[in-house]
Amino acid sequence: MNQLLPLIAVFSYLSLLTVGGGMAAFPELKYLTVDVHHWVTFSQLIHLYSIGQMAPGPNMMMIAAVGQWVAGPLGALVVTLAFFLPTGLLTLLVGRLWVRLADWPWRASIQRGLGPVSIGLLLAGVISIGKGAITGWETFALSAAVFGVLIVTRTNPLPLIALAAVVGAYAFR
Amino acid sequence: MSDVSAPACEPEGTASLPPPSVLGIFLVFLSIGATSFGGGVVAYLRSSLVGRQRWVDDETFLELLSICQSLPGLNASNMAILVGDRLRGTAGAAAALVGICLPGGLMMVVAAIAYGATHSRGNVVDGMLHGVSAAAVGMVLAVSVQLGLKTLTRYADLVFVALTIIGVEVLKQSVLVVLAVVGAMAIFWYRPGGAPHKGDLFAGLLPAKAPRPPQGPQSSDDGKGGGPGGAA
Repeated sequence: MNQLLPLIAVFSYLSLLTVGGGMAAFPELKYLTVDVHHWVTFSQLIHLYSIGQMAPGPNMMMIAAVGQWVAGPLGALVVTLAFFLPTGLLTLLVGRLWVRLADWPWRASIQRGLGPVSIGLLLAGVISIGKGAITGWETFALSAAVFGVLIVTRTNPLPLIALAAVVGAYAFR
Repeated sequence: MSDVSAPACEPEGTASLPPPSVLGIFLVFLSIGATSFGGGVVAYLRSSLVGRQRWVDDETFLELLSICQSLPGLNASNMAILVGDRLRGTAGAAAALVGICLPGGLMMVVAAIAYGATHSRGNVVDGMLHGVSAAAVGMVLAVSVQLGLKTLTRYADLVFVALTIIGVEVLKQSVLVVLAVVGAMAIFWYRPGGAPHKGDLFAGLLPAKAPRPPQGPQSSDDGKGGGPGGAA
């Protein structure tokens, strides 16, 4: 399928942006898949991302759903390889090198400096997804409630998300 | 995501065990990939790899995690690669990566098919997804804030966070450009001989740490509190 090459290009590029977590790439994920390539609508992307939060494993496996959506099972496979192979090879190589660089003074500077930037990227990703997911006071309240419970109790979020699905089924149809 | 505050594991002998087979590595990561519901895969990795399997000790685990946090790629998949590589080289890394991604990936393919089949029909499904999306925003924000309280230890960090958000959300720059520009500024700020790395900006807000296993060093607040810079 002629969508496979753009899928590879988009998702291998996105993988390079995931410093600190998958959420960091969300603004660019939205721009490329929704605005540029029109593979999904913004609300479809948010739905797939949110379903992905319930799946086990690395929290960006929702990319496989986008691949499946665009080009079937082959699309899912291609997207997953494109997303994990380039950064995986980088991690393998740098990981071996990094251990040998334990005494290099800039190593600590790089780790320390990228810490706050990765938090900023995570928050930018949250803002980006929030713009689509928070559509009124009801969704805002639901979101704030989940945030509050997780901050205070540090419980497993899965039951909360299931509860939100039930609330949504009654409140938002 | 990267919730390091997993139940820490007892540091008894690890190094002397023979390394596991590639198949063994695959199966262990497959089971983590299939059971790590609710985010925080790193915590599941820690309790399995450090606790049950004893493939790495806790110090090594945190060291590898700090490498992951400064590299592109998800923490969960990068940790799988680094631990797999330590155990069985490149083959081990590949086995671990495939194992941890496979279950969630298959589930998401099934979810995409189901989503495509049901989406046009019911507004009940639509309503559920609407609720789940709102909850997901709260969940991701909570994870970011918890990580932020540990990572941001000096006022300068807040400036770098703000610059990053402004670059992406206000100036609409590509994440890559913002990462390169603000990242370079922050690394230069914390250059060798530059600004001190440690601080206690949110020390008062950090939870006094709930269930801590009785064994192990009690001064774990220093050990865990550093975030990505902690292992420096």
